Amino acid sequence: MDSDLLLPRPEGLYCPAGDFFIDPMQPVARAVVTHAHGDHARSGSALYHVASAGGALMRERLGAGSDIREHAWSERFPLGDTVISLHPSGHILGAAQVRIEGRGKVAVVSGDYKRDPDPTCEPFEPVPCDVFVTESTFGLPIYRWPPMSEVVDDMLGWLDECRERGVAAVLFCYALGKAQRVLAELATRTDRTVHLHGAMLRLVEAYREAGVRMLPTAPVSESARGKDFAGELIMAPPSAAGSTWMRRFGKASTGFASGWMQVRGARRRRGYDRGFVVSDHADWPGLLRSVEDCGAKRIYVTHGDGEALIRHLRDTGHDAFPLRSLGGSMPDLRSSEEGD
Amino acid sequence: MRRFATLFEALDRTSSTSAKRDAMAAYFADAPAQDAAWAVYVLGGGKLKRTATSTELRSALAAETRYADWLIDDCYQHVGDLAETIALMLPRDDESREDTALHVWMEARLPSLGRMESAERIEVLREWWRGLPREQVFLVNKLLTGSLRVGVSHRLVVQALAQWAQLPTDLIAHRLSGTWKPGAEAFAALAGPERPDEHAGERPYPFFLASPLEQDVTALGPTADWLAEWKWDGIRAQVMRREDHVLIWSRGEERLDGRFPEIELAGADLAPGCVLDGEILAWTPDEAHPLPFAALQKRIGKLKPGAKLLADTPVRLMAYDLLELDGIDLRERPLSERRASLAALIEGRGPTLMLSPAVDASEWSALTTVRTESRERRTEGLMLKRLDSPYRVGRKRGDWWKWKVDPYTIDAVLLYAQPGHGRRSGLFTDYTFGVWDGDALVPVAKAYSGLDDAEIGRLDRWIRAHTIDRFGPVRSVEATHVFELAFEAIQASGRHKAGVAVRFPRILRWRTDLAIRDADKLDDLRRLATG
Repeated sequence: MDSDLLLPRPEGLYCPAGDFFIDPMQPVARAVVTHAHGDHARSGSALYHVASAGGALMRERLGAGSDIREHAWSERFPLGDTVISLHPSGHILGAAQVRIEGRGKVAVVSGDYKRDPDPTCEPFEPVPCDVFVTESTFGLPIYRWPPMSEVVDDMLGWLDECRERGVAAVLFCYALGKAQRVLAELATRTDRTVHLHGAMLRLVEAYREAGVRMLPTAPVSESARGKDFAGELIMAPPSAAGSTWMRRFGKASTGFASGWMQVRGARRRRGYDRGFVVSDHADWPGLLRSVEDCGAKRIYVTHGDGEALIRHLRDTGHDAFPLRSLGGSMPDLRSSEEGD
Repeated sequence: MRRFATLFEALDRTSSTSAKRDAMAAYFADAPAQDAAWAVYVLGGGKLKRTATSTELRSALAAETRYADWLIDDCYQHVGDLAETIALMLPRDDESREDTALHVWMEARLPSLGRMESAERIEVLREWWRGLPREQVFLVNKLLTGSLRVGVSHRLVVQALAQWAQLPTDLIAHRLSGTWKPGAEAFAALAGPERPDEHAGERPYPFFLASPLEQDVTALGPTADWLAEWKWDGIRAQVMRREDHVLIWSRGEERLDGRFPEIELAGADLAPGCVLDGEILAWTPDEAHPLPFAALQKRIGKLKPGAKLLADTPVRLMAYDLLELDGIDLRERPLSERRASLAALIEGRGPTLMLSPAVDASEWSALTTVRTESRERRTEGLMLKRLDSPYRVGRKRGDWWKWKVDPYTIDAVLLYAQPGHGRRSGLFTDYTFGVWDGDALVPVAKAYSGLDDAEIGRLDRWIRAHTIDRFGPVRSVEATHVFELAFEAIQASGRHKAGVAVRFPRILRWRTDLAIRDADKLDDLRRLATG
C-alpha cells in the first residue's frame, strides 16, 4: 500500500511509517520541509528537517528559535521505520525532493521543481523510485518555457526602451527565488545597480551569503528624496503594484516575471505593460521528462488542476492518480494561479 | 506581415493610449499603403468572412501535434482563445523563413481557404503554421477567426490616422464610416485634402452618442436650454435619401437595406440629399405606445420580411435629428434649428415617419415626475439635449445625456459558471443565476459583468472547490451565493426554461448578507413581464 508511506491528512501530507509530515500546513511534532516558500515552510512545528543548502532561508522563514536539523544532499537519516534523504529539486536555493525508503519501497515527494538551468540553485536530481509525487502547477502543454537567454534579451530591450523614454522600469516578481534568479541571470549581461523593494533585501542578502553572484543592489528606501528613477530597474513583489510605494517613481513601465505570463489573457488581466515568462516550476515537457527519469511505477499528482497531466500520463501508459486518491483528506490551499 | 506583427506587439505591450496612438501613426507613415489599409481595417475591428471552422483548426492542430482532442480542449478552455492556444501548442520554430505581406494574407491567402474542401484546408493551414514564427501563427489565426482585440478602439485608430494625415479626427471618422473597403487608393484617400462634397455618397455620418447622466439633473442649468425627449428602446439608425435610392445604416454602421421596406418607402418620398437620425421601432397603427423590443427583434433578423410579419409587426422611424437637407451638411447648425427643419420636413407624412415629441416641462422637478412614466410608455427614460448644440462625432460628453430610469433588480442564486475569454480567460467569470420556482431553482439570467477583480478571484476559487458537476466547460456549483442582478426589461419567452427572458442583466453586488432562501421567486418575475 502506497498509503503506508504517504497519506494526506488535514495537517498536510503524512508518512505513517516514518511518523512525520512533509510541508505541514499546521504545527506538528515532526516535519520535513522541502523549501522556504511560505506555502511550504510554516512555523510552529516542534522539529524540522531541511536541506543544509536552504538552512539560512529556513531560519529566516521559520524563526531563529525553531528546532531545525540540516542535512547534506543525499545524506541518509532515519525517521521512524523509514530512511530519508534530501535531493535537489532545482526550484529555489536549497529546495529539496524528499526520498522516503521504507516497507520495501521508495517514494519521492518532489515538492516544487523545475528542469531549466538556474544559476542560483543546484539542478534537479532525478531520483529512481517506485512512487513519485509530482506537482503540476503548469500541467498543460501550452506551458513550454522559452530559453532564459531569450527572456534576458527581452528584459534588456525593455530596459533600453524605458531609458529612451525616460521612465522607470519596475519589474514585479516573487521576493524569494524569482528575484534572485533574475538578478543572477542579468549579472551575466550587465553590471547596472538594481533598486530593491524592502521585502526583497534580506532574501537577496541570504543568497549572496550563500555565494550566488548577482547584480549590485540598493534599497529603494535609502535613495535620496526626490531621486530620479528614469531609466533605472526596480524590483518589487507583486503586492507593491498599485500601492502608494509606486508613486516615487513617477512615470513607470511595469513588468511581471512569471510562468503565467505565457498566456496573453493572464498578462492583460493583470494590467502590466510587459510579461516575462520565467518560472521556477517545471513546464509540461519538464513534468513528463521527470516522470520518465525517475522510472516510478505509480505517479501521484498534487495541486488542484492536475487532471490533464494525470489523464495524459494514463494515455501514455503510466499509472497516475490524484494525490487525494491515497485516501485521507488534505485541504488544497492553492488557487488556480498561485505559485509561479 | 513582420512589420504588422511588430506593431501588434507594441500595441499589446502597453496600456498607454498615447503610446498606442503613436505606434499606429508611425506604422501608417512607414508601411506600404496596401498593408496599412488592411491594418486600419482589422485594428478598427473589421473581420474577414470566416473561411475555416474552429473544428477544422482543432483538427489541423491535432494532426500537427498528435495531442489528444481532449487535451487540446483543456488547453483551449484554459487559454480562452483558439488562435493563441494553437500558437502555444505548436512546436516552437525560431527559424522562421517566410514573410508574406499583410494584404496578401487578407486578399488572397485567407480567402482562398473558402474555395477548398475541408481536408485540403486543414493541410494548407498546417503548411502555413510550419513556415511561420509563433507570433505570426497567432496573428494569422486571429485574422482567420475573428477580430484582433488588442485594446485599440475604432476611435483610437481614427485618432492615429488623423495624427499621421494631419487632418481633423471628425473628418477621418466620416471617411471611414460605413463599409470602408481596404486598398492602397482608399488608404491614400483618407489623408487627402478636405473637399466640399465630402458628405455626399453612401457613407453615413458618424453617430453622435449620448452619455449617461450621473450628476444631479439640476446641475445642467436652466431647463429652457434643453430639449427633453423620450429615450426610445429600438434600433438607432440613419436614413439617407440619395439621388435614386434610400439607405438605412445602423449605429454599428451596417447597412440594413431590405429589412425595413416601409421605412425605405417613406424615405423615398423625401427629396434627395436628406439624412435623418432616429430610432426604428415596432409599432402597431393606432396604438399609443411601441411594441416591446422583443417584437422588433423578429424584424431585425429578417432580410426580406414576409407579408404576415410586415402586417403583424410594422415598424416606423421615430426621427429626432436632421443631419443633411437639400445636400447641405447641417451638423454644425444648432439643434433647435435642425429640429425645426426636421419638423417642417416630416409634417403630415403619416405614421411611418414620426417626429420624436418634445417632453415639455418648465422645471427639472416636473421632468423628474414625468420620467416616472417611462416604463408604461415603453421607453427607457429621457434624453436631454442642449438646444444650441451641434451634432458631434462619437461619445462627447456635455451636450447629449441619457437619463434612464432605474433598472429592475432581483436577488438570484449562482447555479453555473464557465470560463471567460480574453482578459478573463482561465477564470470562471460567466455566470448563470436562478430564482425559486417552488422548491427548485430555475435559471433566469446569465451575467458577465459587475464584480471587481478581487471578487472575481474569490468567486473563482470558490467555484473550483464547490463544483458539483461538469458539462464540458460549464460547472454546476453548490447553491450558496446570492447576487443582486439588475436588468432593463423582462419579457415572457417560450424559448427560455423559466418562461421569461431578461434584457441586459448584470451583477449589481454580491449579497453575502443573504441566504439562498432569500432569493426571489419566479412568480414575482412573471408578474413584471410585459408580454
